[in-house]
Amino acid sequence: MNRYEVRIDVAHLPGVLDPQGATVERALPALGYENVSDVSIAKTIRLVLDAPSVDAARAQVDEMCRRLLANPVIEQYTISLEEVSAP
Amino acid sequence: MSLRIGVVQFPGTNCELDVSWAIEELGADAEMLWHADATVRGVDALVVPGGFAHGDYLRTGAIARFSPVMEAVSEFAAAGGPVVGICNGFQVLTEAGLLPGALQKNVGLTFVCDTVEIRVETAASVLTGLATPGAVLRIPINHFEGNYVCDADTLRQLRDEDRVVFRYVRNPNGSLDDIAGIANVGGNVVGLMPHPERASDALLGSADGVVLLRSLLAAAADTRTRLSA
Repeated sequence: MNRYEVRIDVAHLPGVLDPQGATVERALPALGYENVSDVSIAKTIRLVLDAPSVDAARAQVDEMCRRLLANPVIEQYTISLEEVSAP
Repeated sequence: MSLRIGVVQFPGTNCELDVSWAIEELGADAEMLWHADATVRGVDALVVPGGFAHGDYLRTGAIARFSPVMEAVSEFAAAGGPVVGICNGFQVLTEAGLLPGALQKNVGLTFVCDTVEIRVETAASVLTGLATPGAVLRIPINHFEGNYVCDADTLRQLRDEDRVVFRYVRNPNGSLDDIAGIANVGGNVVGLMPHPERASDALLGSADGVVLLRSLLAAAADTRTRLSA
């Protein structure tokens, strides 16, 4: 069994309005930052997973994303895994 | 025997007593159903009321959909039973896949607490059977995540199949196509952001929600007849 540190980034699907990103984008020029565009706000979820292989770990995380951690109607996610020393 | 309307209660639900009061004023019995129970106890209709189920953690409704009671709610809906999700209840029903689309943060990131006008778009749902299409109702809204979104295909289906149940007269939250409430294919599952229970008596400022609750009770009576036949 290997241990993996997992980072999942959950962001809005392209084309789905991101009200938080839009608000921040409007706020930055008020501070003088006129050259900022395409602001989006995403969520990061970190967890530790024990699995027999990196493929098994990735498959399980993907399933957890589809079932709970992200809403595929409005969100997309990217998964990064790093093997760490086992317990 | 009086009609029995189940009111689903999650940790964090906060409109269950308002809904129960409004239902009982109309002569039906309201029965609280705890989220951890895997049954809806043979009620004639279900309401998933507003609030902050499971603290709205992760996303609104995301955790609530895995509560044991939701499987029983899904079975009841699949059998044609009337299910209405109000506000947070609407969010729970979309997360549970009983209704399409999702509700995200309001445009402008403002929590909206106001009495708004909504137009009844169809009588082909358990919440509008006694209402007149085109009628404008004054009903309170009270939400931060009421901005309805879905993909283009889903929106086309909703329109073509007459499943947009309510539209806002003036869009308060950025909702796609001014949508305030939708139904499933059968018309027996309805979700809406406005709170009909808060417009159930003239003392509350509006009694326009009564026709909706009466419609639900009529649908509940039909369900009882059909299921006992």
